Amino acid sequence: MPPESSGTLHRREVVSTLLSGRGELVVIAGLGAPAWDITAVGDHPRNLPLWGGMGSAAMIGLGLALAQPSLPVLVITGDGEMLMGIGALATIAVARPLNLSVVVLDNEHYGETGMQPTHTGAGVNLAGMAEAAGIPRVLSIRREDEVAPLRAAIHEKSGPLFAQVKIDAETLKLVLPPREGALLQARMRESILGLEAHLA
Amino acid sequence: MDVAPSDTATWPDALFDLLKAHQVRQVAFVPDAGHSRLIRRCQADPSIKAISLTTEEEGMGLLLGAWLGGERGVLLMQSSGVGNCINMLSLSILHRTPMPMLVTMRGDFGEFNPAQVPMGNATQAVLEAMGTLVRRADHAEDIVPTADATLRLAFNTFRPTATLIGQRVLGAKTFGKE
Repeated sequence: MPPESSGTLHRREVVSTLLSGRGELVVIAGLGAPAWDITAVGDHPRNLPLWGGMGSAAMIGLGLALAQPSLPVLVITGDGEMLMGIGALATIAVARPLNLSVVVLDNEHYGETGMQPTHTGAGVNLAGMAEAAGIPRVLSIRREDEVAPLRAAIHEKSGPLFAQVKIDAETLKLVLPPREGALLQARMRESILGLEAHLA
Repeated sequence: MDVAPSDTATWPDALFDLLKAHQVRQVAFVPDAGHSRLIRRCQADPSIKAISLTTEEEGMGLLLGAWLGGERGVLLMQSSGVGNCINMLSLSILHRTPMPMLVTMRGDFGEFNPAQVPMGNATQAVLEAMGTLVRRADHAEDIVPTADATLRLAFNTFRPTATLIGQRVLGAKTFGKE
């Protein structure tokens, strides 16, 4: 029996819409499928797809958002990765960076390890947890027509914003980004800071 | 003896001056009595973002994000918190991200609380096993030069580094039992 999710949205279509007309947008993607998803749209110097550090994606977004308050910063991650670093929601709510958005693609499963169910399929409500942590803008998204407004909200820099997007539990073809971490870091720094980044 | 530095100890203020001299902009911490004055100084400085964490491993992500955006960060924690960071140290190794840590030791020298001993005893070995350059300061006059070296090693050579501030300097908490 294929894994079932309460969501029906298609992850790659959601991510493609979120990254359309991206402008200055800087993107951190949690390890696994979210990293493949952002790469499927097209590899980019302002993408940092993670290969490890499970549970850290939202906090990386926070550090970056605080360092570059004029840039919109988007974290795209999965429900399993978010659950592992769930305390970050409290830390982000207290730090309150206007320019940070955290989008969880929630398929209610651990996709990279054999589609074992996560807690979000058993009643744990990530959007509710974000709201209870004090994140000021929280969205729970299940319909296709709600995705473009989310894309617009990410660029408004009036967050911090948290969105839980319920997606289908489909398994898609891997689209791998570069896996040399020093390159991924250096190219993003150069894109944001210019060549001087390498002389810091 | 308590674990917070006495009012006459000058090193917490000197550590703050050191962070300023190194242009540190993000200071992540889970509180420890040994770092209490340094944390207060950071919170009072408008040019420093003092970020209180729910667990120390959040600090590793924060420091990577800060560096991606061109800011220097440092993580303040107690030795028990080092255990929470182990896997996240891979971020620093993989991406070559400066991650300096200033660690106040427990379970190290005259400890009263048995629960502090296992992690305190393992702190240096665990950090080194994950590729961190570790230096110790067991006398008050060594703290600032050692922390200075730790910050330089991190920011100039792009890796995790740590100064362990020994319990011999901080004193052991006795929970009212002398």
